[in-house]
Amino acid sequence: MRSDWEVVIGLEIHTQLSTASKIFSGSSTRFGAEPNTQASAVDLALPGVLPVVNEGVYPKAIAFGLAVGATIGKKSSFDRKNYFYPDLPKGYQITQMDHPIVQGGEVEISLPDGAIKVIRITRAHLEEDAGKSLHEDFQGMTAIDLNRAGTPLLEIVSEPDMRSSAEAVAYARTIHQLVTYLSVSDGNMAEGSLRCDANVSIRRHGARTLGTRTETKNVNSFRFLERAIEFEIERQINVLESGGRIKQETRLYDPDKDETRPMRSKETATDYRYFPEPDLLPVVIDEAFIESVRATMPELPAQKRSRYENDLGLTPEDSRILSSELGLATYFECCVEACEDAGLAANWVRGDLLGNLNRDGLTIDQAPLDAETLGQIINRIKDQTISGKIAKTIFTALWEGRADSVDQYIASEGLVQVTDASALEPIVDKIIAENPAQAEQYRSGKTKLLGFFVGQVMKETAGKANPKQVNDLVKSRLG
Amino acid sequence: MLDRTLNEQLRGLDKGEYSSVDLTRAYLDKISANNQLNCFISIADDALQQANEADKLRASGSAKPLLGIPIAHKDIFCQSGVKTTAGSKMLDNFVAPYDSTVVARLRQAGVISLGKTNMDEFAMGSSNESSYYGSVKNPWEESCVPGGSSGGSAAAVAARLCSAATGTDTGGSIRQPAAFCGVTGIKPTYGRVSRWGMIAYASSLDQAGPIATTAQDCALLLAQMAGHDPKDSTSSKNETDDYLGKLDKDIKDVTIGLCTEHIQSLDSSMSQILDQVVKKLELLGASFKEISLPTSHLAIPAYYIIAPAECSANLSRFDGVRYGYRCEAPVNLEDLYKRSRSESFGAEVKNRIMVGTFALSAGYYDAYYKKAQQIRRLIKNDFLSAFEKVDVILGPTTPGPAFAIGEKSDDQVAMYLQDIFTISANLAGLPAMSFPAGFIGKLPVGMQLTGRYFDEARLLNIAHQFQQDTRWHKQQPGDLL
Repeated sequence: MRSDWEVVIGLEIHTQLSTASKIFSGSSTRFGAEPNTQASAVDLALPGVLPVVNEGVYPKAIAFGLAVGATIGKKSSFDRKNYFYPDLPKGYQITQMDHPIVQGGEVEISLPDGAIKVIRITRAHLEEDAGKSLHEDFQGMTAIDLNRAGTPLLEIVSEPDMRSSAEAVAYARTIHQLVTYLSVSDGNMAEGSLRCDANVSIRRHGARTLGTRTETKNVNSFRFLERAIEFEIERQINVLESGGRIKQETRLYDPDKDETRPMRSKETATDYRYFPEPDLLPVVIDEAFIESVRATMPELPAQKRSRYENDLGLTPEDSRILSSELGLATYFECCVEACEDAGLAANWVRGDLLGNLNRDGLTIDQAPLDAETLGQIINRIKDQTISGKIAKTIFTALWEGRADSVDQYIASEGLVQVTDASALEPIVDKIIAENPAQAEQYRSGKTKLLGFFVGQVMKETAGKANPKQVNDLVKSRLG
Repeated sequence: MLDRTLNEQLRGLDKGEYSSVDLTRAYLDKISANNQLNCFISIADDALQQANEADKLRASGSAKPLLGIPIAHKDIFCQSGVKTTAGSKMLDNFVAPYDSTVVARLRQAGVISLGKTNMDEFAMGSSNESSYYGSVKNPWEESCVPGGSSGGSAAAVAARLCSAATGTDTGGSIRQPAAFCGVTGIKPTYGRVSRWGMIAYASSLDQAGPIATTAQDCALLLAQMAGHDPKDSTSSKNETDDYLGKLDKDIKDVTIGLCTEHIQSLDSSMSQILDQVVKKLELLGASFKEISLPTSHLAIPAYYIIAPAECSANLSRFDGVRYGYRCEAPVNLEDLYKRSRSESFGAEVKNRIMVGTFALSAGYYDAYYKKAQQIRRLIKNDFLSAFEKVDVILGPTTPGPAFAIGEKSDDQVAMYLQDIFTISANLAGLPAMSFPAGFIGKLPVGMQLTGRYFDEARLLNIAHQFQQDTRWHKQQPGDLL
């Protein structure tokens, strides 16, 4: 029975730092280049080459550390992790063992039921990525592409604080949101900029010790992460309930078959023989440097969410959605600045803007109309130049590229709201005259028909009439 | 002209007594006539062409400081387009696609590269016997070793196959062969000369330096080799000292330390030579003090943990995948690794990789590697307190003169003890040099000066003053063609 078991999950998230060049060489980190065209003498580990740290990695790692409330290591040094593999040219990976740059910290995650949970972070350390082994297309041979070798990574290690795949996914999403907010990483999961290793074990409820864990490596989408963990939970329950024992091992998730399978057994795994990297001197990170990084950090998602709720008066749901991505939040805030009405801006951004983006498969950066323009539409509603209905027409015209600017379109299409009573009265009278039966019913108490008359007037004026004014006029004429 | 020092050759070139082509051709002839010494792994086929260009540059008024001087590079320095083997079968087919900083700087200074000198495989050895290309013979006595690992460079200078050569020193690899071959060599402070392009043996100990007949020539070369290099994170940003300018200072204000522990261990012939050197330096005005380096006996055990540990990782890149030796028809990846490495590394290299791998293993790390690093700090502290009392420390470079080829091949500990006086300077990162100081029988011996960090100028100054008043450095092996 699944309910008999408690699931324990910890994640190691490798996030690629968005630097232009590699962590220990000057080679480009651009994605998608021809194999081995971005591999220098250092990346190839030619005899005699030496690593030099790309100093651009420090502010990024520190920004992440500050964002999760971690201690920033005052002395940051590198170590060698030794193992042989063809896509690891030096035969060791330069990583941080003894003095990781980020120590401790925590993040809050929001669960689907609205609850908030704190997940502790053990550490985050800088390291270099390996190259890529290509097994297909080479008839029994393996090809090596070293373009990725030396790409800077921040490996973020959590405590085993998650108790379900949903929590694990929420945590991974939170980390993704943070690193993209901070421009620590581009977060592009399809290109491998964020990869998760999931450590999963199960134990009977109430058990004090942890069960034997497996590590499912290199999961590169949130959906696969959920599937991989779910598969692993089911598998472990089946093994234990049928009297077997879990082997501590590294597994790989195969999305095509929706299953995990063993990669290599940790019991026979290599001893990595870590020792301090003699080619790089320890770096002392002083308080002034940390403060200079802090000064350039943007407002974080959690801070934005609470500001939207408390200062702008948005609903919790609106606040959460609008702060979920830095691009979206920035758009929203620009829009508020332009129209000075957070409520209307929130409605338009969450409703029409996000709806259209989703429909057309666009990201916020690709939105056909910018935040100032949307703010202007809202301003024209506020100053009663146009009705909400006309506003949607303008929005669509701008979205589809049929309009250049809000005011120009209102003018050229004659969309200015009619608020002149002397212009509206004849129309109201005409509608009442054309619908004598409904007028009689209204007068005899069926006041629900007010909407019918208002609708007809709006139709007659092609939406340009002020609905509230029409409402009042119809009432007084029929009264 | 081949008997002249590098400094004298520069003057000869300046005066037009001979051209760089003359000098280079004469050296090439002498190298080929003395092939039996096995000093070189490869000879530059464009040496005369380089010399010709240097002569043209000189004619056009170029002021490059070492223009037209032929020198040799230890085959551990990558040189673009040139086979760079580190004395190993593993790299027998490796043509470096880039220049080491040492090679590039010296070329920039105008030198001509005659070729690459023989060395112990990956600089692991004290006798040059571990080279894949065979032992180098000591020009003073061909049945003896030249020392190692820069044995080819030291022997070539001793035999006047070049006036100077580059070397590297991880545990004594410049100083010990310089002593065995009767020439002068300096290992600078760790970080003084860039390690970029120098094939790594033990990264925290490796340091490049010059070997020549005189301290003055060493100063001329070091002035070009030293300096910060952004490509080596461990290279120092300190300004390079005025090595040449300080050579002529008198040494009246210098206090020289003699290490009690070292003196006690000397045999009588070495002891006598040390006494004579002390007397000479006293005549030159230096004063002497006895000092103690109480942890110096721990240097060899600490070294033989740290150096193998670092080398076990440094040599992992030689895996048969991207360059270097690859075994025939590997059946799978493990076979490729195992056979490529087993078939191309020599016994000493394998031995050190295994020792280092063991010392870093889980469960042994604290007892070996960590302990060795603690000892290293103690050794450094010993020196720091000694240097509060004295300016430099003097002692023999080696316990005795060169030994016979094959004599210590079966006794690893005896071989390792060759480095007993030199290793501490590497562990502490201090500058140290060896200069010729006398003979035992017909074999030369050297004395070592160890100095404070970045105090190379003082070491060179003292050795230069000594050489102004002695002739040991002018002695040349007889019987050479």
